[in-house]
This record gives sequence, C-alpha cells and structure tokens, in this order.
Amino acid sequence: MSTLTDPPQEQFRLSMLVNDTRYRSLTFQAIAALVLALAIWYLGNNLIQNLRAAGLNISYNFLGDRAGYDINQHLIDYDSQSSHASAAVVGILNTLLVAFLACITATVFGVVAGVLRLSNNWLVSKLMAVYVEIFRNIPVLIWIIIIFTIMTAVMPGPREFRGDDPSASMVLDLFAFTNRGVYTPMPMFESGLFASAALNWLLVLVFLIGSFFVMRMVNANATQKQEATGIRPNTLFINLAVWIVPFALLMLVMGLTWEVPELKGFNFKGGIKIGGPLIALWFALSIYTGAFIAENVRAGIQAISKGQTEAAAALGMRPGRIMNLVVLPQALRVIIPPLISNFLNITKNSSLAIAVGYADITATLGGVTLNQTGRAIECVLLLMLFYLTVSLLISMVMNVYNASVKLKER
Amino acid sequence: MSDKQNNSIAFVATSVIPESPPPAGDTGAYKWVRDNLFSSIPNSILTLAALALLYSLLSNTLPWILNGVWTTSSLAECREVLNGKSGACFSVLSERWNQLLYGFKYPTDQYWRPNLALVLLLIALAPVLFFDLPRKLLAFTVIYPFLAFWLIWGGTIMVPIVALIGFAVAAVVFQKLGKGSFAAGFFGAIVAALVIWKVGGMLIPEGASESAMLSSVPSRDLGGFMLNMMLGVTCVSLSVPLGIALALGRQSSMPLIKWICVVFIEFVRGVPLITLLFVASVMLSYFFPPDATVDLFLRVVIMITLFSAAYIAEVIRGGLAALPKGQYEAADSLGLDYPQAMRLIILPQALKISIPGIVNVAVGLFKDTTLVSVISMFDMVGMIRGPILASTEWNGVYWELLGFAAALFFVVCYGISQYSQWLERRLATGHR
Repeated sequence: MSTLTDPPQEQFRLSMLVNDTRYRSLTFQAIAALVLALAIWYLGNNLIQNLRAAGLNISYNFLGDRAGYDINQHLIDYDSQSSHASAAVVGILNTLLVAFLACITATVFGVVAGVLRLSNNWLVSKLMAVYVEIFRNIPVLIWIIIIFTIMTAVMPGPREFRGDDPSASMVLDLFAFTNRGVYTPMPMFESGLFASAALNWLLVLVFLIGSFFVMRMVNANATQKQEATGIRPNTLFINLAVWIVPFALLMLVMGLTWEVPELKGFNFKGGIKIGGPLIALWFALSIYTGAFIAENVRAGIQAISKGQTEAAAALGMRPGRIMNLVVLPQALRVIIPPLISNFLNITKNSSLAIAVGYADITATLGGVTLNQTGRAIECVLLLMLFYLTVSLLISMVMNVYNASVKLKER
Repeated sequence: MSDKQNNSIAFVATSVIPESPPPAGDTGAYKWVRDNLFSSIPNSILTLAALALLYSLLSNTLPWILNGVWTTSSLAECREVLNGKSGACFSVLSERWNQLLYGFKYPTDQYWRPNLALVLLLIALAPVLFFDLPRKLLAFTVIYPFLAFWLIWGGTIMVPIVALIGFAVAAVVFQKLGKGSFAAGFFGAIVAALVIWKVGGMLIPEGASESAMLSSVPSRDLGGFMLNMMLGVTCVSLSVPLGIALALGRQSSMPLIKWICVVFIEFVRGVPLITLLFVASVMLSYFFPPDATVDLFLRVVIMITLFSAAYIAEVIRGGLAALPKGQYEAADSLGLDYPQAMRLIILPQALKISIPGIVNVAVGLFKDTTLVSVISMFDMVGMIRGPILASTEWNGVYWELLGFAAALFFVVCYGISQYSQWLERRLATGHR
C-alpha cells in the first residue's frame, strides 16, 4: 500500500535505553514499576511480619459481631445488641445528615454574606468582610468546640424550666433550648392514610413531587403560548394553587397536628430532639464554610465584566432581568465549581464530629468499633473507602455540571 | 433673526459667575453618611440592624474583657475577685502560659531553645519571603532545619551534622554528575547521601546523647502552640517539593508514572485528614520493620506531608496548565532537555502563578494541625481540652482559653494571607 520506504533500521544498542528519547521513557517506567513493586513488597512483608508477631489477621468478620455500645442519635433502629455493621450504617447516615444540613445552611450564609459584602452600604460590607476574615482564619475544630461549649455550658438545663418562676423559658412555647439539645415541635398525623408514619411522609413527598411536575407542565405551556403569541400568561397564581391546594387538602385529610415538647420529670418529652453535638457540628461547619462560599460568590459576581450589565441595560432590560438573565447565569459558572468543592470539604470536615461526640462514621467505625475490636487496619480502610466513594461521587456530579455549563464555542 | 436677538437681549453678563460651594447636603461627612449608610430605605434598615448587632456584641464582650482578672491562681479565686461582676479570668492564660505554648512536659529550664528556634526561623524565612534581601542569607536557611532540630530535640550535635554532610555531599555529587545527565546526577546524589548517613551513623558513639551539650527531649514531650508551629512549618516545607514532583508526574507522558501520581493525588484528596491521622496513630507502625520504633511525631509529619503534597500538586498543576503552550514549545525549540526546560523556563513561571494557591494550602494546613489533638497529641487545642480544662483550678474557663487559641491562630493565618496578597501584587508583572 505505502510507497514510502522505511528508514534504514538502526541497530538497537543498550545505551539507547538511556540516550534515545524513544526508549528512555520505557526505561524510566520500568524503573518506576520496579521501585513501586519493591515498595509494595517491602511494606506488605513488614505488615505480614508485624501481624504475625501480634497474632492478628485481616478479617472483616467482626462487622457481624454484637457492637455492645449505644448511640444516642440514630436515624434507623439501633441498640447495643446490633452489629458493628449496623453501627457503621448509623454512622454513615449521621455523616450524610450533618453534611446535608450543613451544605444547605452554609450556602445560605455564604450567598447572603457574599452579596452583602458587595453592598454599597459601607457598614454592612465591612461587617461581612470581618465575618469572612475571622471565620476563615480560625481552625474549624476551634469553632466546633466553641459552639459545642455554648450548647453545653451556656444553655440552661431542663430543671431551670421548672417551677413557678423559672429562670429559663421556651421560645414561643414551642422551642426549648437546653444543654441537652434543642427540642422542636414534631408534625404528626392523627388520621394518617397508612399505619406507619414513614409511609404517610412518603405520601406527602409523592404529592410534592407531583406538584412539581404539574408546575413544570404549566410553565412549559406558558412558554409555548409566549412563543406563539409573544405574550406570556401570568402563571404565578396557578403555580401557587398547584403547590398549596393539594398539600393543604392532604394535611386536612390526614389530620396534621404538632406535638409540642413538654417538660416531664427531669427532661423534655415529645417533639424532635436535636442533640447538642449535632447542632455544634452543623452550625460550626455552616458558618466556617459559609465564609469560604461568601468569597466564591463575591469573586463570581465580580468576575462578570461590567460591559455585560451595560450591554443588557442598553438593550432596555430592567435591573431584575439583567440579574436573572445576564449576570447570574454567567456568575454561576464561576461560583458553582468551588461551591461543590466546598460541599466536599464539609463532608470531609464532618469527620471532626469525633471531637464533640457526634456519632458519625468516624466516631462509630473509626472510634468505638476500632477501639473495641482492635481491628485498626480494617476499620481505617473501610472509613477511607466510604469517604473516597462520597468524594468521587461529588466530583463526578461536578464534572457533569461543568460539562453542561461549559461555554459552547462555535 | 440674529440682529433682532442681539437687540432683544437687555443684559449680558460681563464676568463669569464665581464658583459657589456645593449645597451643605452634598459635602463632607453628611454626604458620606447619606451615600454609604442611608442611601435608600432597605439600606437604612440594614445599617440600623448592623448597628444593633454591633452594639449587642460590644456591650456584652467589652465589659467582660475590660474587667478581666490576670493575677489569680484558680477559677474560684478569680470569681471572688470579680465578686459577681461580668469579667474574664485571663489569669488562666498568665498561669498556664508556658503550658499553652510549650505543652506540659517540655523541660521548664529549656524554654529558651524553642524560643531561639522561633527567632532563627524568622531569620531563615526572611530571604525566602522577601526577595529584596541579599541572597547570601539563603545559606542560613539551608542550615536552619538542622540547627532547629538540634535546638528543639537536643541530644548530640553529631546527628544533624551527619545529616547536613549527607545533603552537602549529595549536592556536590549532583553538581558533578548532573552536568552530563540529570538522571545520573539524581541517582548518584541519592546513593552518595545514603552512604554518608550509613557511615556517619556508625561513627556516632553510643550514648553520645546523654553527655551532649543540650539535654535530649523526646518527641512526646513536645506540645502546645510550639507543636502546631513545628508541624505546620515542617509539613509545608516538605510538601512543596513533593507537590512539585507529583504535579510534574501527573503531567508526564509516561502512562505508568502519570497513573501513580493521579491515583495518589485523588486518593489523598478524597479522604479527610483525620483518617490519615488515624493511619499515622494506629496503622502506620504495622508497615515499618518489626524492630523499628518510629515515634508518633514523625508518623504524623509523614501523613500530613503526604496530605498537603496532594493539594499543593493540584495547585501547581493549575499553574502549569495556565502557561501558554508556546512556552513549552519555545523550550523544546531551544534544544533544552526536560529537566532544563522545567528548571529554567516552565517552573519559575508556573510557581509564580501558583503562589497564592500554595499559601492558601499552607494556611489551611496550619489550621489543620489542630486536628492532631484528636489522636491525643497535646497541641494547643489538645492542651486546652485536656490538661487545662480538666484541672481542678481551671475547670470551666472556656471562653478565655478558646478565645486565646482563636486569636493566636487568627493572627498567624491572617498575617500569612496578607503576605500572600502583597506578594501577588508584587509579582504581578503582567504575564499572559
């Protein structure tokens, strides 16, 4: 096929392994592979010898054994008779819970602080600068401890709510802030359509999702009409009705009541109890990461060149639409990637729960289980595997998002 | 038309009207306040809310700080002195000052050693941080790690001297062999250093540490803020070269080396520092030879260095990616080989771009050194949570201690980030 003649074959010499760029990379990789193999062999050999000397082996059977310790905050059924594996699952759920809550509140704090820092109100923007600098430059561990101390040492004990002239009282008669945690009212269904509360809540969720899709249909319909006639029908009231009416009807049918926490005996009963450690961790992670997010938001908004705003104004757009249609879509492209990596940081920093005794995965699997069973290697490996999975999932989401908002250049 | 107009004008001003001052409402403090604080109704509400917040913060904390007691020896005494007034018991700081800074086991009569090490650290850092200083000062920076090791741990001076000689010989060998081929110089230097250390290790007499000029202090006796500083400085300075190597490895065209670096970086960045510290405290000793005892400080330094090296590698990778491709091609067309191109053309520019990111990692790392308190090392936070708050005299003095720790970290971290911003302005020479 080819009419070209091959260049004369050069005789392969050993020195070409070092001097010829065609072969040099092979040499280097061979050396690297050798070094890597030697290192793994050396470390593995040490591990085997050490384990033999200590009479240990690598086995994950301990996960099925009885855990024998209690966890005060658990989202699924758990008691001290349960296995180490279910303790780990409780820990995983607790980690995800605090990470999820902290991501939401950190975003709120960060966006508010970032926008206010750009405000033309001198006092407010300076206050926000102080907030950002103070919280960014002090270790999050110290913040967690400070807020935990507020929760345990400053909040009144349940006994101070008692008596005719108590020194502490419930906020609005609904919320009780005590040194054992915060008690809030809990919604209950008196005449639920299902026997179990979880199924009832699932039904509520189904209704909300249904409303969401109906709203999307209404909006799509409106867009169609706008494209056909140029006039967009007002959908605000229809959408409000779509959200509120079915929800309200469902609540009426199921008989929604609120169970308000009450002081009974030595402690509050009823309502939802949010433990002090959870609040400390949640709030500390939120304000700490919020300071970082505030900087990202500020940088994102400032990154949009002034020409964009001016061009939009020259087209006759109103300020609200300039923000919505021109500035924000471009700013979000700058803001969201660091925002997601901040979410990743929250998830990883939630492992500091161990400092305040919140039972996350680090405290159950890497703390009590590790100390009780002495299975250090297995526990730490599982722990790393969990965090690695979460991190990779989050960065996968980030890559998908980045690909979807990438500037489509033609 | 025009002459009619001329005729119709009854009065023409013959001189320019003098400039009058702006209206009183448009000048000075009044204008500033109106523009910056009360420009609109929502703005006014924000201002008032901010003022109320400031007032409530200051009215609670100021009397507490100003009434502070500095000279009592326990919380009970302090409360007596305060006599029911709101006030801080800062005496915990003055009484436990040494413990907060040096931990509770460092020999009391030897505090001058870490102090001297800190002063020398500032001198050693100066030529690195400020380029205007004479370059000859860098010689001291090179000696400093060995000097600081000797000052803080004490023992025989032979150990750091042998280590230093090893590095010096390695540098000389690299100079000699590295001219021909980078690889030959590199591996030759490693072999030379290992030989020197092995021989030197045999030359140091047994029991030299007992009779040494500075008494030897074991690592487990280190603590307090000193421990945070030591971990921060050591790990940052070790992880920068490692991070550069990882970043270059990740960009390499050799698939095996690239994948080793990618897996390492992504793995380390995917797990929290605490799990790596767990590895250091409970797992790492399984991987050392059975008869070796590597102390906890060294294990923690290894893990934190690996941790921050992965982050620094990502920062430097960003810097490398930001360089225009023409720079790489220009280096190739000049006939430079890979080490020369990197050393002379690529890295100086890439590192310059990466400096703010590296400083950010350094600040984060310094804050993260407080995490070692979780694996029961008594750094500053560990001292506060452990020995000081648990003591009978000071059980319950939270705010003074936590506030002091927070203030100390704030000063250091804020200082570093201000330096980074100054450096960024300084280095902004308009590269593309």
